[in-house]
Amino acid sequence: MTEPILSVEDLSVRIAGLHILQGVSFTVAPTGVTVLLGRNGVGKTTTLRAVVGLTPRNGEVRGAIRMGAQSLLARPTHRLVRGGLGYVPEDRCVFAGLTVAENLRLAERRDTSPAYDKVYALFPELDRRGRQRAGSLSGGQQQMLAIGRVLLNDNRLLLVDEPTKGLAPKVVTEVAEVLERVADSVPVLLVEQNLAVVRRLARDAVVLAVGKVAWTGGARDLLLETALTRSLLGVGSAEVHH
Amino acid sequence: METVVLLTLTGLGLAALYFLVASGLSLVFGLADVLNFAHGLFLGVGAYATWWAAGNLPGAGPDGFGFVVAVAVGVAAGTLVAVLVELVLIRPLYSRTIEQVLVTVGLSLAGVALLQATWGADARPFPRPDWTREVTGVLGAQVPNGGLLLIIAAVLVLGAILAFLRWTRYGLVIRAGVENREMVTALGIDVRKAFTLVFAIGGAAAALAGALGGVYFGTVSPGQGGSLLIFAFIVVVIGGMGSVVGSAYAAVAVGLLQQFVNYYGTSGLGDICVVGLLAAVLLLRPQGIAGKVATA
Repeated sequence: MTEPILSVEDLSVRIAGLHILQGVSFTVAPTGVTVLLGRNGVGKTTTLRAVVGLTPRNGEVRGAIRMGAQSLLARPTHRLVRGGLGYVPEDRCVFAGLTVAENLRLAERRDTSPAYDKVYALFPELDRRGRQRAGSLSGGQQQMLAIGRVLLNDNRLLLVDEPTKGLAPKVVTEVAEVLERVADSVPVLLVEQNLAVVRRLARDAVVLAVGKVAWTGGARDLLLETALTRSLLGVGSAEVHH
Repeated sequence: METVVLLTLTGLGLAALYFLVASGLSLVFGLADVLNFAHGLFLGVGAYATWWAAGNLPGAGPDGFGFVVAVAVGVAAGTLVAVLVELVLIRPLYSRTIEQVLVTVGLSLAGVALLQATWGADARPFPRPDWTREVTGVLGAQVPNGGLLLIIAAVLVLGAILAFLRWTRYGLVIRAGVENREMVTALGIDVRKAFTLVFAIGGAAAALAGALGGVYFGTVSPGQGGSLLIFAFIVVVIGGMGSVVGSAYAAVAVGLLQQFVNYYGTSGLGDICVVGLLAAVLLLRPQGIAGKVATA
């Protein structure tokens, strides 16, 4: 087993007095997709946000988060991101008032040349719609933009939070295809509720339940065990086999 | 007819003054969520530094190129104070709204007291070029040149800020930050640098308002900034937090309303109407004319 790219140890997060994460430990392999699963409200998004340093001011983070040999805790978000941590947030968070091209330009970094070729090859739509306001894009296009702006730069790890949420089935497939290609070159920690997408992309799985890790192992093993899936994620086998 | 033209142009002069103060206030609030009650102090610093430079600084004076130098000194002083306030007092208090309000209110009181202690509470005659005391005939109305100067300056500042926001990297960061500050940092950008920058821009515009307001009114006094700030805040709320264009529209609406109602109604009624306009906007369109939705 090679060294993990990310290791989270005994991570505990309190926000406004709520103990959301209560000692979460897991690792992310240096290749492929590791999926973070669990029912709504167990702290998946909180975990990703803690990794990228976006816990709100009234929150308190304890434990250890390491990328390679480097400790990530207590470092400002913009430095973590410049250090190679790409973050695609839940609900995309594109800048609605800016054009597509401006959204991408904002993600450029001074020290590296942005990989527009790569991004436009993955998402030709973004090239064609450069002058369009991001707020007028469809949900799927906004998701492409949110992923595209992260891919402009080289990353050591991508954090992707529910990329298929609220998208039409056809668009879900498109997003999954793109993430599959992206994961060939960079490891991904993915939060995803759509188990068909999980089945397609994820090699490893970490399941959270009420602020703690309830299960870790191969994603395939988890999905094959219908009873386990149901008890951990609260979904039936029909959804697993879509 | 002449009266209408005169009232329109003096109203626009007042609007120019409001806009110069409100544009920075709006950007600072939109980007950094800081309600800066010390913004009037930047105006006072600009006015007094211009007044001091015109009388004491070699090369500066009340006329011609010397006056330009004096105004430049005033603007530089206002910018410097704004940057220092951001770095020293505001930066440690981001996301702590109550503390920010207390600090900036305290600072504005202390600033006014300091100006009073140094130069006295009374209004001082402001050094100004002779041509600004004269009037220009516009469609039969005799319009004071000081007011026209303010209008021209405000239009130039509006154009400069819009060009800066539209065409520069920092402008892009500021526009994005007004929309979603957290996401800007999640793209690897240190958004605090942009905070300092909007304070500097706001400080410069307010200091220019102080200098040119001194020319317009003919005097400078310690309390000037504070009384203008109230209307500037109203302009920011009506225009929409974070929108420079919204501030410009709102400044024109407030300036004209005030001028016309104060003339045709009773003096003072215009100020009440402005508050009425504020209430109407808050009820019907709480995000302001052009602003982001405050609850988003």
